[in-house]
Amino acid sequence: MTATDVRSDQRLLAGWTDTGTEADLAAHVARYGAVADGARYALIAEVERSGLRGRGGAGFPTGRKLAAVAAGRGRTGVVANGCEGDPASGKDRALLRVAPHLVLDGIVLAAQAVGADAAYLCVHRGDPTVRSLRAALAERRGDPVRPLLVEVPARYVASEESALVHFLNTGDARPTTKPPRPFERGVDGRPTLLDNVETLAHLALIARYGAGWFRSLGTGASPGTALVTVGGAVVNPGVYEVAFGTPLGQIWGLAGGFTAPVGAALVGGYEGSWLPFPDASALPFSHEALHTAGAGLGVAALLALPASACGLTETADILSYLAGESAGQCGPCMFGLPAVAADLSALARGSGPDAAHRLRRRLGLLPGRGACGHPDGATRLATSALRVFAEDIRQHSRHRPCAGAHRPPVLRGGTR
Amino acid sequence: MTELRVDPIACHAHGLCAELLPEIVELDEWGYPLIRGRVPAHLTAEARQAVAYCPTLALRLERGRTGAAAGGRPGR
Repeated sequence: MTATDVRSDQRLLAGWTDTGTEADLAAHVARYGAVADGARYALIAEVERSGLRGRGGAGFPTGRKLAAVAAGRGRTGVVANGCEGDPASGKDRALLRVAPHLVLDGIVLAAQAVGADAAYLCVHRGDPTVRSLRAALAERRGDPVRPLLVEVPARYVASEESALVHFLNTGDARPTTKPPRPFERGVDGRPTLLDNVETLAHLALIARYGAGWFRSLGTGASPGTALVTVGGAVVNPGVYEVAFGTPLGQIWGLAGGFTAPVGAALVGGYEGSWLPFPDASALPFSHEALHTAGAGLGVAALLALPASACGLTETADILSYLAGESAGQCGPCMFGLPAVAADLSALARGSGPDAAHRLRRRLGLLPGRGACGHPDGATRLATSALRVFAEDIRQHSRHRPCAGAHRPPVLRGGTR
Repeated sequence: MTELRVDPIACHAHGLCAELLPEIVELDEWGYPLIRGRVPAHLTAEARQAVAYCPTLALRLERGRTGAAAGGRPGR
């Protein structure tokens, strides 16, 4: 199985799948060849043709972002985001551990394509990958742009794009208001390409094998493969690589199936959406299918909730975590998130329809009123809980809270 | 038509804008402004006052533009 085998969906994880070892530079070059010196393809056009979409959560077309930065005036910069602030997600960490040179190649190739003379690879301070990344960087020779490894405060919002740029510019890891966006004015005031590390790894392979190869797997609107973190009530929680379009049920199967009967799944990370079963098995794993179902790819994390747990309690717990991770700059987020977390707790305890009504009203007033998308994401999570666990709200109020509501939450303890 | 826009980081809920321009600005339960619609021509002077008097200069007036300016974030 090689990376050029069009039938293999193990592209980024080919080395890991074949050998079970983390790839050093020699292993990386043996498998994928050396990063092309002059461009084998005109990279921006090729990435545009490939349809590659960002893997950091927004799914924005990467080629379009590359073109926007390249069109900027003067020198540009590249930031590779490997911070992975969402606790439900482990894919970036896994990729950086087992195939760091794919990411580093991607950074260098992207930098060449947009005319950057500076590049940064950002990870959380104290992350275990820091040491292996330093080693990987030390192995490389002759890169036209040498990525600088930067350690960022390990906070949820610190890896939001404007927060990352703000940190690189000033040392303050809090989001800033938009405009400008990094592609317009970012690090050192220059147009900056800011991409998730997985996006850049896919880019490194598109540079070698082309858009047609990339598109040979996946769907029209979601081409290629993706890393997905599977957790919760599954036998083998971990990071897997799948072609887009794979039914979610097959992905649960890759993770060994369920350890207990499941009721719902959290799709997209802590700021994603709940989906009930059987939707959460029947749906294809793609931007468009999840969007139609009222969810989204987000950070490509799937968490299976055992039926014995209480979805309202779990959601309240995650919301309380998100509230604690507010940067504390914008009133609606700073005050609104703790309030909706408390509202969800009250619903779990059996407060009933008036509390649900108050919560809905509050949720209507959060999106778009912060400097970043943190309150929007929390709203998305809470709104999906109100929808998917509507029957639980009724039962808790008319009868009594379920047994799961009396136990500690299960998801936040074991997501990695 | 112009639009009143709040810088959510600069805003510290002083509430002057709601006092000067109650037709457009409502306060949420924590005292932060909710902008209800665009500024009609006959309220332009009041809107300019609100912008000038905001203690943290968190308000600005923008020429009417369509669509959600907050949408379409190109990634993180």
